[in-house]
This record gives sequence, C-alpha cells and structure tokens, in this order.
Amino acid sequence: MADLAITPGHGAAEPHDEHATTTGLPNTKIAMWVFLASECLLFGALITTYVLYRGASDTGPYPADVFDIPYTSVSSFVLLASSLTMVLSLTAAQKRDVARMRLWLLATALLGLTFVGGQVYEFTAFYDEGLSITTNLFGTTFYVLTGFHGVHVTVGILMLLSLVGFSAADRLPDDAAFPVEMVGLYWHFVDIVWIIIFTVVYLIPTPSPVPA
Amino acid sequence: MSETETPFQEELGARDLADPRESQAVHHEHPSAKEYIRIGVILGVLTALEVATYYVDVGSALLVPTLIVLAVIKFALVVMWFMHLRFDSPTYARFFVMGLAGAATLYLIVLISFGVFAVE
Repeated sequence: MADLAITPGHGAAEPHDEHATTTGLPNTKIAMWVFLASECLLFGALITTYVLYRGASDTGPYPADVFDIPYTSVSSFVLLASSLTMVLSLTAAQKRDVARMRLWLLATALLGLTFVGGQVYEFTAFYDEGLSITTNLFGTTFYVLTGFHGVHVTVGILMLLSLVGFSAADRLPDDAAFPVEMVGLYWHFVDIVWIIIFTVVYLIPTPSPVPA
Repeated sequence: MSETETPFQEELGARDLADPRESQAVHHEHPSAKEYIRIGVILGVLTALEVATYYVDVGSALLVPTLIVLAVIKFALVVMWFMHLRFDSPTYARFFVMGLAGAATLYLIVLISFGVFAVE
C-alpha cells in the first residue's frame, strides 16, 4: 500500500503506479484484489463455522430470542447507503471536485459509524438478555463472525477519515481518484460480506433447538 | 543494456513491461453518478424484498432459495458496478474469482462433509 501516492503538495504524484509493470496494471490495485480474495477465505471460514453450529446450542438464548430483524434491517440499509456515498466520492474525485469528494467520504464514514454504533448497541442488548460469547455455540459463532466484520468496518472508517485528513492537509495529489478507489474497494468488500451475513445469520431461520 | 534500463527490465525484455497509465484500453469509463444512484435504488429494493420475507409467509421450501438468490444478485451488483469489475481489466476479476471460488468450494465441501445439507 506504500504506493498509494500520498505525497506532499499538489501534482507531485500520479494517480497510478508510475513504474512500468509486467501486467500493465497498477500493482497496488492488483494487491488490493488479491487481499480481498484472501479475505473471502477468512470470512468464508467464519460463516461456515456459524452454519455448522446452527441449532446446535444446548442452552439459550437462541437466535429467535434475541434477534430484532427490523433493527438489523435498518443497519443493513445504512451500510448499503454507505457504499453508494463511497462511489459518489470516487466520481467526485475523478472530476477533481475535492470539496464534494471530502463531503461524500465524510458521509460514508458517518454511515459506517452509525452501523458500528448500531452493532455495539445490538451486542449490548444481546448481552443484557444473557447471550455472551461463552454462553453457547450460537453466542460464540455469532459474536466472532459479526465482531470480525465490525472490526473491518472500523478499519474502513479509519481509512476514510485518513483520506479526508490527507486531503485537508493537502497531502493527496490533484487526481486523488486512485487512493479513493483503493479505499472504496475495501469498503465495498465489507458491504458484500454483510450482504451474506445478513442473509445467512439473520434472515434464514435457525432450526429448532436440540431437545435437552 | 541501455542506460535507462534496469537489470530487471533487461532480464524481462523491455517489451514485456508496460506503463500502467497506458493500459487504459482495458479500463473502460466508470459509470456516472446517476447510474450509481440507480444501482443503489435497486439494492435498496432488493434488501426491502429480503426483509419482507420475514413478515410475509413465502413457504419454508421457497424461503431459503429466495433469500440466497436475492443475496447473490446484491453481491453481484456491488462487485460488478460499485467495485467496477464490469468495467476494469479482467485480470482483477480473475484474482478475486479465484479467491471467491476457492473459498466457496472449500467450505461447501466442509459443510457437505459434516452433513449440513443432509435430508433427515
């Protein structure tokens, strides 16, 4: 990620890798896609573990006891909306409209913060209802999966705010589209992981609990 | 070796190296803001349909396939449009699909091995 072209002053860096590459494509972007491909394996493992232990908890609370689908649906809409604001910031960056780019980046970060705040509230509510990470298999697999996702969203928010900070400090090149696109790829990936989690964890009903 | 060539370039042959900035032939124009908003609205509608399955009884046999199809469509829309795989070089798509397909195959085998899809 060292060649994201964040250098002092305007016009000091090109939006893409300046070095010739054997593929003709920017190495940074290839590295980002390879990283995202590896993340598929990470989240695949966590989702698979959740699915493997669905309905295998001996004691409650069970998913149906704690899930609040309308609440989580709003969170899902918020994260989807953040993907839209992210691409709008990229469009602004491509047009070299720095003010709008910063505005959409901040909007994306704010929506991300809303999502993470909602997740913290949800975790707190679940804990108050007796579901901790050690309560049962559902608690363990649920908190690990959604917690890892929440950490990824938090890292994304830090990246977005860093971009805004670099831009405000005049440390992005005139054409900031490339770094915005790289952060955007990560952000959209976090969104597509949530699309899967929302369906698999929240919407697909869990089998009845194992009789004691 | 010419003065401008590095040993690495000489080893590869200069013609095998390309400047990424000249590779725009495979990098088509990204969608406009209006197109992004249209995709965003479609994603919102699909999410609303998903949530509707929680309130409307679509039948237990239809519920899971419906939810999976909706999730796959949303996933594809974000990857193809917002992440630009539809417009960028196919090389990026190959890297991503390699990881995605590898993960899907591996974990499907795990789930099948543990009898998750077994009919009781």
